[in-house]
Amino acid sequence: MIVFDKPKALADVPFHYCPGCTHGIVHRLVAEAIDELGIEGKTVGIAPVGCSVMAYDYFNCDMIEAAHGRAPAVATGVKRSDPDNLIVFTYQGDGDLASIGTAETVHAAARNENITIIFINNAIYGMTGGQMAPTSLPGQVTQTSPYGRDVKLCGYPVKVCEMLSELEGPEYLERVTVNSVANVRKAKKAIKKAFQNQIEGKGFSLVEVISSCPTNWGMTPKEALKWIDDNMVPYYPLGVYKDRSAGIGPAVKKEAE
Amino acid sequence: MADKVLMKGNEAIAEAAIQAGCRHYFGYPITPQTEIAAYMAKRMPKIGGTFLQAESEIAAINMVYGVSAAGKRVMTSSSSPGISLKSEGLSYLAGADLPALVVNAQRGGPGLGGIQPSQSDYFQATRGGGHGDYHMIVLAPSSVQEMADLTIKGFELADQYRMTAMILADGTIGQMMEPVSFDFEVKEQVEKPWATTGTKMQRKHNVVNSLYLNPEQLEEMNNERYRKYDVIKENEALCEEYLTEDADIIIAAFGIAARVSKNAVNKARENGIKVGLLRPITLWPFPEKVFAKHAKHVREMISVELSMGQMIEDVRLAVNCSVPVSLCYRVGGMIPTPDQVYSAIVEANARGGK
Amino acid sequence: MTKEYLFAGFGGQGLLFSGKVLAYKGLIEDKNVSWLPSYGPEMRGGTANCSVILSDDPVGAPIVLNPDVLVAMNLPSLDKYENAVKKGGIILVDSSLIERKVQRTDVDVYYVPATRLADANGTGKLANMILMGKLLDVLGDYNEETVNKALAKCISARHADMLEFNRKAMEIGKNYSENE
Repeated sequence: MIVFDKPKALADVPFHYCPGCTHGIVHRLVAEAIDELGIEGKTVGIAPVGCSVMAYDYFNCDMIEAAHGRAPAVATGVKRSDPDNLIVFTYQGDGDLASIGTAETVHAAARNENITIIFINNAIYGMTGGQMAPTSLPGQVTQTSPYGRDVKLCGYPVKVCEMLSELEGPEYLERVTVNSVANVRKAKKAIKKAFQNQIEGKGFSLVEVISSCPTNWGMTPKEALKWIDDNMVPYYPLGVYKDRSAGIGPAVKKEAE
Repeated sequence: MADKVLMKGNEAIAEAAIQAGCRHYFGYPITPQTEIAAYMAKRMPKIGGTFLQAESEIAAINMVYGVSAAGKRVMTSSSSPGISLKSEGLSYLAGADLPALVVNAQRGGPGLGGIQPSQSDYFQATRGGGHGDYHMIVLAPSSVQEMADLTIKGFELADQYRMTAMILADGTIGQMMEPVSFDFEVKEQVEKPWATTGTKMQRKHNVVNSLYLNPEQLEEMNNERYRKYDVIKENEALCEEYLTEDADIIIAAFGIAARVSKNAVNKARENGIKVGLLRPITLWPFPEKVFAKHAKHVREMISVELSMGQMIEDVRLAVNCSVPVSLCYRVGGMIPTPDQVYSAIVEANARGGK
Repeated sequence: MTKEYLFAGFGGQGLLFSGKVLAYKGLIEDKNVSWLPSYGPEMRGGTANCSVILSDDPVGAPIVLNPDVLVAMNLPSLDKYENAVKKGGIILVDSSLIERKVQRTDVDVYYVPATRLADANGTGKLANMILMGKLLDVLGDYNEETVNKALAKCISARHADMLEFNRKAMEIGKNYSENE
């Protein structure tokens, strides 16, 4: 008999996420990776400020709740407290990672800090009710860009994987999404690799997950998944942006030259 | 003198921290405390410790938060503008009940201010610095030896009470050299069963957190923390008393201001004025009882500060306004001279108090 | 007894170092000592100074405002601090860098062409230590054993040649007489 169990690393509590939100899927993928690698007992997760602020209740490994944007710095501290025995991951949204925490993100990457970052990019501030994010698309209507994001007024979105791929530091950067079964499988593979890299001591591994926010996008869950294909993915192309071990990425090429 | 070495105050802090078992230091360069980072950068790699120059003071305090959550002794240091940046982290450390040692070698402010010594972060330190109801244990060394001794004490108190201890020093004490001895006993570190060291699949997960969306729960967390603060107030206040027993006038001063004041007190005594000095060593908890005791027999107290008058408020609270408290100060990186303090004593003596 | 020293000059003249040697000498002699530098951008080639206090009692304020001894190694320092020296105090002047004479008549003044002597004797930049040698001699406090011990505290064993240079410079200062 095949039973669709909850991963062991995922706590048996109801999540607070909105219907159709993809946080639940990504949580599950992280927990599956932890289970399959057998690392729950040595893993410490860092929750951000944003919709996933209460992720500390959802994972069975030790958890820390960080200040807004500071998770990579907190993770740096935790990892360096016991680098040989702890596996450390952060789980952050776009406002947390790419706006208020840009410096912490860039410098953890530049140091090739041996941590794993799961980056949820849904182009909006969810928890505070739908404001413009650093990754909101040009023209995207939000509570604080009611006439659509005007790039003359507030600039262009931050493409995190592209930006970080120019650094020599990071080991692995991949952008995935979870709006179809096939894409979920690819996302799972990337997330597991990001943990595996840490186990092998390879260094900074970040997986950007293009996610949906039906509530604040003002769509049904199904429409939201389609909006990812139609609008998000064309702007944020999926794929591996850097994989030093596999020789992929602009910074890798420069080193080789 | 056999075991004494000449050392800068900042270096004494760094060496004492290492002897206290601190193996993790994170910081960002800022005058006048950079010797601490330099010392750590040199020593930590040799003893299997971690020195990391963070990308900002904000990152540094959050790295401290991470190591502390994982149960290890950890510290950072900065000077006034940098402490403002760290204040977010100080609030989170308090909210998550995490121990840490933070050094502030104060310089003149506000804003970028200057780089010369100051005591104008007294409010920031004793009232917590960041948002929310909380305190830090604030230790005020006035010699290089105390820089070392209070660093050890700071780590011990921080662990014991699960909160941040701050060394509130200033540019002068940090930069000056005096003989210092490291001949002290360091107590065994306390167990930290709450730390996020990995469950090893043998216990329920530990969570380090300061978020409580339920107001009743958050209220209780605050009340519990303040019950702890009451215990600290009762047991941990420290104050040096100098010639206070028969004093008509008492100077209140800490750190470098206390050293200047001691010269003035000695001169005034030579000239027949009965003056003493109370030097708070803990600024929080403030040594209220000692002040209240002496308020009964003095005519006036003078608060000598390198600020526009910050500690003076705690002095007034401690004596419950039962005696007049006047202020003698310099700011902006200037230090009161012994003559200035002496003049203040002479004037207070002439006023005759009550 | 308390004696307050102020070493003043340009950054890079080794003022902080000579202050440190003096402080260590005090420590070896079981005195209470403090050493306080001026710090910050002014150290980069501007005027720098260093306060040293040696005392039989605990040291109060570590800042020397009215020194018993002023060692002046440039003109701005002499201009700034000449009048601060205590009555009956001592001023040592590097006369190869400061052309004017001290105006005060209530202090003892010693002119030592320390920079020129340092160059002439092949001790490089150790004018500071030549002045230190003279100072200790003037104070009747030149004890070779403690001087060597203090120098050894301030110079790491890896630089034994530097230690010898410093010792030599101090001796030159000690033996210098203004009648030469």
